[in-house]
Amino acid sequence: MQWETVIGLEIHVQLATATKIFSGASTRFGGAANSQACAIDLAMPGTLPVLNAQAVDFALMFGLAIDADIPMMSVFERKNYFYPDLPKGYQTTQLDKPIVGAGRVTIATADGGTKEIRIHHAHLEEDAGKSLHEGDFGSQFSAIDLNRAGTPLIEIVTEPDLSNATEAVTFAKKLHALVTSLGICDGRMAEGSLRFDVNVSVRPLGSETLGTRTETKNLNSFKFMEEAIVREVARQIDVLEDGGSIIQQTRLYNGDTKVARSMRSKEEANDYRYFPCPDLLPVVITEARLQRLRDALPELPDARVARLIERYAIAAKDAQILASDVALANYFETVAKHCDDPRLAANWTTGELIGRLNGEGLELAESPIDAEQLGILIQRIGDQTISGKMAKQVFDGVWSGAGEVDQIIKERGLKQVSDSGALEQLVADVLAKNPAMIDDYLATEEGRRKKKLGGFMGQIMQASKGQANPQQVNQILLAQLQSLIQSRGD
Amino acid sequence: MHNMSIAELGLGLRSKTFSSRELTEHFLRRIATLNPRYNAVITVTEESALASAERSDEQLRNGAGGDLCGIPVLHKDIFCTRNVRTSCGSKMLDNFIPPYDATVVENFADAGAVMLGKTNMDEFAMGSSNETSFYGPVKNPWDITRVPGGSSGGSAAAVAARLGAAATATDTGGSIRQPAALCGVSGLKPTYGRVSRWGMIAFASSLDQAGPIAKSAEDCAILLQCMASYDPRDSTSVERAVPDYRATLNDSVAGVKIGIPKEYFSDGLDPSVEAAVMDSLAALRELGAELVDISLPNSHLSVPAYYVIAPAEASANLSRFDGVRYGHRCDNPVDLEDMYRRSRAEGFGEEVQRRILIGSYCLSAGYYDAYYRKAQQVRQLIRQDFVNAFEQVDIIMGPTCPSPAFKFGAKGDDPVAMYLEDIYTIATNLAGLPGMSVPCGLVDGNPAGIQLIGNYFDEASLLNVAHRLQQATDWHKLQPGGLD
Repeated sequence: MQWETVIGLEIHVQLATATKIFSGASTRFGGAANSQACAIDLAMPGTLPVLNAQAVDFALMFGLAIDADIPMMSVFERKNYFYPDLPKGYQTTQLDKPIVGAGRVTIATADGGTKEIRIHHAHLEEDAGKSLHEGDFGSQFSAIDLNRAGTPLIEIVTEPDLSNATEAVTFAKKLHALVTSLGICDGRMAEGSLRFDVNVSVRPLGSETLGTRTETKNLNSFKFMEEAIVREVARQIDVLEDGGSIIQQTRLYNGDTKVARSMRSKEEANDYRYFPCPDLLPVVITEARLQRLRDALPELPDARVARLIERYAIAAKDAQILASDVALANYFETVAKHCDDPRLAANWTTGELIGRLNGEGLELAESPIDAEQLGILIQRIGDQTISGKMAKQVFDGVWSGAGEVDQIIKERGLKQVSDSGALEQLVADVLAKNPAMIDDYLATEEGRRKKKLGGFMGQIMQASKGQANPQQVNQILLAQLQSLIQSRGD
Repeated sequence: MHNMSIAELGLGLRSKTFSSRELTEHFLRRIATLNPRYNAVITVTEESALASAERSDEQLRNGAGGDLCGIPVLHKDIFCTRNVRTSCGSKMLDNFIPPYDATVVENFADAGAVMLGKTNMDEFAMGSSNETSFYGPVKNPWDITRVPGGSSGGSAAAVAARLGAAATATDTGGSIRQPAALCGVSGLKPTYGRVSRWGMIAFASSLDQAGPIAKSAEDCAILLQCMASYDPRDSTSVERAVPDYRATLNDSVAGVKIGIPKEYFSDGLDPSVEAAVMDSLAALRELGAELVDISLPNSHLSVPAYYVIAPAEASANLSRFDGVRYGHRCDNPVDLEDMYRRSRAEGFGEEVQRRILIGSYCLSAGYYDAYYRKAQQVRQLIRQDFVNAFEQVDIIMGPTCPSPAFKFGAKGDDPVAMYLEDIYTIATNLAGLPGMSVPCGLVDGNPAGIQLIGNYFDEASLLNVAHRLQQATDWHKLQPGGLD
């Protein structure tokens, strides 16, 4: 049987506010355990929440960016359940009246087209703390770190509009680009700044009714998300083809061990006893506030792709990559500013730079080579100071901290030799030492001689320690070979 | 000294008739000798009280300090006090020492008032008799075999027994007014949002409001002046100028329209209490007030609506008491669930557990619409009743509670009978209106109270009418016997 996959996502996005959603404690990542939890975060008796206006603005900016309906009023509710890292015994969240209503995000599809993914809504809520079940506490104890408790989140809920893992990942990347472009999220997935819950079901191709779905929670990398979907789809199809049925359940996927397991079934689900939080007033959104935010909205990824293509005439594929991350796009634009060849700048940024960063597990912000230096390096290729091959050496030098581009070129004597007299001599010397190669060249029929040039070029470049200008060498070599042909023919 | 009004005490302090230290020592001595009989005060902060009295004396010597500078007061043990145990009358918080002050406590400290200690209360303010306190019941100073009312029974009894010049209290369904009535003192529940709830341990957040209990309406005016403030730490606090409550105390009440709701004079009201209430109304009519018969047709729905909304909010508010971060934790839990179950079963008393269960039930899937949503709709109807009434009248008056103080244990095994104690007071909390109770005479030797209900943020009218009544009558000066 042919199966069709239906995927919906719920995405938790940590908002990049300086303080928590209901308290003045810092949201900085990585502080000593419980050093960033104040009396409110600890749910001490008598403490009360005060809503962080910046968090509301960030949520509204997201709403504006996805062209969403934004209701005039939204309401916080209490979601009641007991867990040690949930200090109040309820999570303050939104249910019936979320801050952002229905919207849409357009993604590029594999066939080169586009597809609109509907956003059901996005709501504001607080994050819980962390429970630590291993470590120095012995098997008898669990430890609680409440630094994260109260960190503002928006939870974005899509309609089940995604059809496969690739689309889901494309959408996830697009969303990442969107929230980082807006500056409402730092986008650091390894730190949990974006977490994906994936709802997956399958149904016979052409069927109108949805199959029973499972939810795999808390996927914090695109790769794990893709793997989890692929595996879950395969599992569901196996179960159904064996005549079984899918049990609605919440699942966990361990990206390191590649093992997925059931966390709880529908029957074990809590009755959360939601009701409006009486400590917080309904949030009333004025048109003036929306207009102020709309006016200040930064460039969004789609607009950025279009602008990069237009202004720099770079390939669409490169523009997509560069525009996916506002910092990367800014980096590229700085590189382009320092050289005359934007296409080469795009190639180097998406190729060499990203490759090295990924290879060494570094963030762009941690790059040992800054955009200005990369721009200068590319300019040195353009102005023929160095060859592309030499440029890689210089790149390595800057990367390892040996100095700046021009300094390294000078100190290492990498400047390309373009003096034609010197190059004429060099080529002549190499030809003189290799009569057998010349014979071979001459014996080759004319249409195929081009292939034989590589051998001469290699020897010449080696003799010049790589410094010879390859284009020039190529011309001189052809000229000298030609004159040899003529002299022999005479 | 202990019978003097706050204004008189202020004069005494300023004229150096006595110092704040002397006044504080005087009240501390009274607490030491009399409190064992009443159990109204559960924490005495002698050392810090004397230190702050001396600081206030210093201020007074420099000619500084306002109306409350040097005046010794007691705080209900629901208000968090920095470095002083704040139990909320519960075993759950018997070991809880807050690292912060409630805004109300801060306001009093800023005014130079002296905190003598903390008053007893029904556990988590849930009760109308003070019988649910972990620290044992408060005895009514008028008759120690009777309850003082609740939940602010400790504050009301302490003022009645003159253990402090005044006391703070809170009112979720009548917890200031009913004990004030039963102990023969004056108490005011302000408009919801008038006084900050920061640092006040929540029972039902949409209903809780702090206010004063004192010997007179005039004292209440001075205390409210200090308590009322906009507080950015409480999102439900209202940013609105606080009027000068003393300035209008003596305004004439001639022509003031007093609405008398017929629903507050029906079956269940003790005829002697009714007679006492009518005496006060007659006195006000003599002063020129106009009595107008009105109707609050949805009054009968207030107790049922309240006993859905208040427990629902409480069930979530009390979830934080889980034994994880502070408060009572059971010994040797075998696992997380065992820790939750036993910590909460041991830490909470029966009435608190009952209300958590009621509230959880009302919010449960399948019951929410029938209970919580319906109760919120009823709340709107009740609010609308008052809005309609205040189109006709300036204030509304009637009994504070149906009968005088009852004997201990009289309603112990009948929660519904206990809940009906607040039948006349609950509607104002549901509507968010200000309400006040002042003494209106004795019934078989026990005090009865008359209630005044005002329009939103019109505490000044309540204080004005109550003060004029107290100028014309002496009921508020009656004192329990055997005190001096």
